[in-house]
Amino acid sequence: MSAKRMNLREKYQRMTRDLAWKPSYQSEDDIFPQAKYEGIIIHDWDKWEDPFRLTVDAYWKYQAEKERKLYAIIEAFAQNNAQLNVTDARYINSLKLFLTGVTPLEYAAHRGFAMSGRNFPGAGPQVSSQFQSIDELRHAQTQIHTISQYNKYFNGFHDWRHMHDRVWYLSVPKSFFDDAMSAGPFEFVTAISFSFEYVLTNLLFMPFMSGAAYNDDMATVTFGFSAQSDESRHMTLGLEVIKFMLEQDERNVPIVQKWIDKWFWRGYRLLALVSMMMDYMLPKRVMSWQEAWEMYFEENGGALFEDLARYGIRMPKYWEVSVKEKNRLSHEVWSIFYNYGHAAAIHTWLPDENEMAWLSEKYPETFDKYYRPRFDHWRKHHQEHGRWYNNTLPMLCQTCQIPMAFTEPDDPTQICYRSSEYKGMQYHFCSDGCKDIFDDEPEKFVQAWLPVHQIYQGNCGGASVPEVLEWYHLKHGQDNLEYLDSQDRANWLRWKGLTEQAEAVLQKAANE
Amino acid sequence: MSNNVFLALQNNEEARPLIEAIEQDNAEAIVRHFPAMVKIDCPGRLVVKRETVEALIGRDWDPQEIHVNLISLSGNVEEDDDSFALVRNR
Repeated sequence: MSAKRMNLREKYQRMTRDLAWKPSYQSEDDIFPQAKYEGIIIHDWDKWEDPFRLTVDAYWKYQAEKERKLYAIIEAFAQNNAQLNVTDARYINSLKLFLTGVTPLEYAAHRGFAMSGRNFPGAGPQVSSQFQSIDELRHAQTQIHTISQYNKYFNGFHDWRHMHDRVWYLSVPKSFFDDAMSAGPFEFVTAISFSFEYVLTNLLFMPFMSGAAYNDDMATVTFGFSAQSDESRHMTLGLEVIKFMLEQDERNVPIVQKWIDKWFWRGYRLLALVSMMMDYMLPKRVMSWQEAWEMYFEENGGALFEDLARYGIRMPKYWEVSVKEKNRLSHEVWSIFYNYGHAAAIHTWLPDENEMAWLSEKYPETFDKYYRPRFDHWRKHHQEHGRWYNNTLPMLCQTCQIPMAFTEPDDPTQICYRSSEYKGMQYHFCSDGCKDIFDDEPEKFVQAWLPVHQIYQGNCGGASVPEVLEWYHLKHGQDNLEYLDSQDRANWLRWKGLTEQAEAVLQKAANE
Repeated sequence: MSNNVFLALQNNEEARPLIEAIEQDNAEAIVRHFPAMVKIDCPGRLVVKRETVEALIGRDWDPQEIHVNLISLSGNVEEDDDSFALVRNR
């Protein structure tokens, strides 16, 4: 006689909640010491509803299937030498940025969710956090594995973990996650599951990964979408966490709103890197940053926050600044990288004529007016006097750690400077959003490890660019500088059978 | 402001009957194709019904199988043995 098959709800109940127990010889407060200090009040953990009623057996089954599909493609990609079939070798630089900037965050998320799973007293969020922790480890592993194929053929992939802790612009993603992981469990999940994953990661994993497909990189699009399929569960967890906190006690509302404000702005500043990946680093473009922001934040995020209005939650503070910046963000950020391309683990370049035409079309109000003249000037300088690099280190924002090159919300010609004084010291910020975050937690943010300050204090291998590059484990003339004169480009031309052009590139690089 | 929910699926053989089922059961759904990806927007509510998918693929189908080809979603998830739905709570 076979037992009656349980329905989904019963199965979920049996295999999550029913596996939990009430402690009898230790107090809950001792077992879960981080559960209360953030001020979030929870009356009944059993009210937690996990919308995906996923149990461990189903989790393994579907994750195994995803892995099989992914590894089939990774293998086919390697066997076909498909790294040679991507649109253009410039594209590879977006993968360098991904491996050094994003993959270590996946690993950090793996650790973060292991901690939140340990620290939440309820069985529902414990189970969701555990799944997510395992997911994030899978993302880190599959990304490292997939991108390792490129490491055999291109420069700059050799020591991404070391670089993540040291290279100036990688302190932007690193400090973002360190900030979240050093908060309590409720703030951590609000930061990562809700603000980052639910509201913002679609921008990275949808248009950028679709862009990878458009640039013929099937391996990357497959790990991207495979990761993002887990992300749907994470996003749902993020929304559930928010609704749960808001439903449990109205005193939670202002705390949650403050975290949403903080982490929207932190995440938005981090995505500035994605804006330049989309508009400048994909040789074939699917959509502009501005279009993606309209589709995924203004339209979709708008609908989400309207849903949350009944709990007393409003749109995150300064969201309207992000809308004002949407037609300049990518250009400002790419310009920073062009300035400091000699100290970066990627190559930089100026968009060619067709690409400039695309940028003019996508950004009719700003590109020709503000950015085309700048690029024309730099191109002329390169042709007549050699490639220009900025040898003065930039001032960094104390909060987001990005060089202070963003402009005033209402004036794209004026750099935005904000500052605060704390215990007799002055701190600088790129925006009102970053200043507010500092002002609310100054003791946390005065400790920020700012790469430029660290270089000037002598903590980064020396005072000159070559010494700092060595400390980064970057090889000068190989991993950095202009794409046009790079070994990557020379190799690419050679693989495409253009030997003479390849020799010319190497010759020119040797002369400079 | 928009009241849309959305579901994004990989553009592959397994997702095709799902997209067809969604189109059958959601008259207002708008299907947009991107490289390697299909994004389906729908005002208020979007449902994937087990019965419709099973009729199209000719075998049993568990709504949790959607995880394998899912890229992203927006909306509140409602999942049971017979359907997978995304809704806005207004």
